[in-house]
Amino acid sequence: MKTLVVYLMAGGETPALAEAAVEAGADIVEIGFPFSDPLADGPVIRRAAERALAEGMRTRACLECLVAVRERVTTPLIPMTYSSLLEAYGYERFADDARAAGATSLIVADLPAGERPDLRRIQLVAPTSTDERLRLAAGETDGWLYLVTVTGTTGARAELSPALAGLVERARAVTEAPLYAGFGISTPDHARAAAELADGVVVGSRAVEVAEEGPGALGEYVASLREALR
Amino acid sequence: MSTGLYGAYGGRYVPETLIPALEELEAGWRALGEDFHQELAELQRTYIGRPTPIYETVRFAPEGKRILLKREDLCHTGAHKINNAVGQALLAQRLGKRRIVAETGAGQHGVATATVCARFGVECVVYMGSEDMRRQAPNVERMKLLGAEVQPVEFGTRTLKEATSEAIRDWISNVETTYYLIGSVVGPHPYPELVRELQSVIGREAREQSLELGRLPDAVVACVGGGSNAIGIFAGFLDDTDVRLVGVEAEGAASLGSGRPGVLHGARSSLLADEDGQIADAHSISAGLDYPGVGPEHAHLRDTGRASYVTATDDEALAAFHRLAETEGIIPALESSHALARALDLDAELVLVCLSGRGDKDLAEVLAH
Repeated sequence: MKTLVVYLMAGGETPALAEAAVEAGADIVEIGFPFSDPLADGPVIRRAAERALAEGMRTRACLECLVAVRERVTTPLIPMTYSSLLEAYGYERFADDARAAGATSLIVADLPAGERPDLRRIQLVAPTSTDERLRLAAGETDGWLYLVTVTGTTGARAELSPALAGLVERARAVTEAPLYAGFGISTPDHARAAAELADGVVVGSRAVEVAEEGPGALGEYVASLREALR
Repeated sequence: MSTGLYGAYGGRYVPETLIPALEELEAGWRALGEDFHQELAELQRTYIGRPTPIYETVRFAPEGKRILLKREDLCHTGAHKINNAVGQALLAQRLGKRRIVAETGAGQHGVATATVCARFGVECVVYMGSEDMRRQAPNVERMKLLGAEVQPVEFGTRTLKEATSEAIRDWISNVETTYYLIGSVVGPHPYPELVRELQSVIGREAREQSLELGRLPDAVVACVGGGSNAIGIFAGFLDDTDVRLVGVEAEGAASLGSGRPGVLHGARSSLLADEDGQIADAHSISAGLDYPGVGPEHAHLRDTGRASYVTATDDEALAAFHRLAETEGIIPALESSHALARALDLDAELVLVCLSGRGDKDLAEVLAH
């Protein structure tokens, strides 16, 4: 069965939301640690980050949120954030404390493959990545490879990116690691189409939007994605 | 980190999508030959108006002190920003990019970019915070007149920080067709190096002109926002260890004076950030200095002690602004006025100030105070 990854921004409601997502069929939950200047993010996640920061979701509070999520679910949990937070907290200390709080791995959106290779994390590759960079990222990645389907920032798109097929093909040629596709995937149809190519999908901006309506709504949305991935 | 480092600073902290574009940019930059440098030199002479003169103040300098001004305010478009814009536009041509995006704070870099885009006939989109659009309205009109699209940025502080993020996001989304013409010695490698090389013409000329006037200055003073005019003029004197290099930051935007190591807009540098790494707001009367980051080479020059960094308040900059206008008949940019303010009280006999831009754009802001 294809893997379903759901992204949620860290916050007071996140443990209940994560539990609802997992009950509805999410296999992995990404927890966004908000940053003031998120270059890779489109308007939805940017606004969610602004709200989270206004609510005091600084690094320590995000780690506590991770602990609270871990108490409710047993699936892999992956903090997703930006270098500046690790710079301030200490790269190694961040990785250690996140793991102690229940994290399975880590994603740092502005720390591309080749930079700080000692920090074990899930690497992202993009349609613009050369084959050489795909190999580098696959060699350094922690478990699975995150395929950015679009040349752009996070956020829902009308159609699944036509660049995904070529990216999957090139990635398969250099690695046996599972390939999960994200950025721009928001509907069950997108998820089904992406999963025909990749081994799983990541849903971010739309999940964050639906999560604002509460765990019930999020559960229904995740269930619709799960159904599409059967 | 393997490339583009200034001590512990610099690097390439960007989403993967941009890495191939940065590699292409660096390769294109390294491959530039004699024809590029000839074309650049010709445009510097005939289009920008270089070399810019050094002028010795007559009434501005206090008793017992000599103050020289490197007149970048006389460049075409009224500031040093054009040195960089012309060079990068030439590079964009050679990379085959027909669309250019840029960020702007004071509007000087936006105007310079709009200008070169008109000159080369390429599409131009400039991101500008809505607060800066208010403060620098004449420059918004100039950009539009030159055919550029000015995109207001409506979130966060609505100033240069957000405009830069938004320009980078545009680049991420259009990277195959678009050239990102960054305005200062900031951003991911190779931008800090590239902009430094293009601005170092200021320092090369200034050193030669100083020698023609008799001797090297005791101190070279420049304002620092992102730091490109400062790096440009410092570059000419780095090896002259008897020449003090002094950068002047706005008191409310002192990334070097009161910052901490962090990552912003693709590079590790000294930043205004809190203990969690969240970027703090900068505050300055001068839109061009109102930025919480600074070029990585400045952070390195600070750490090694080769350059020192001090601050000037809004009021001190305003006083220096009026004093230069009233004593020399030169209206300086508010940015450059910070350097002028510190030049007045610096303990040195012969001081060279980089007058990075002219102040026409600041009249409304100055009259409001």
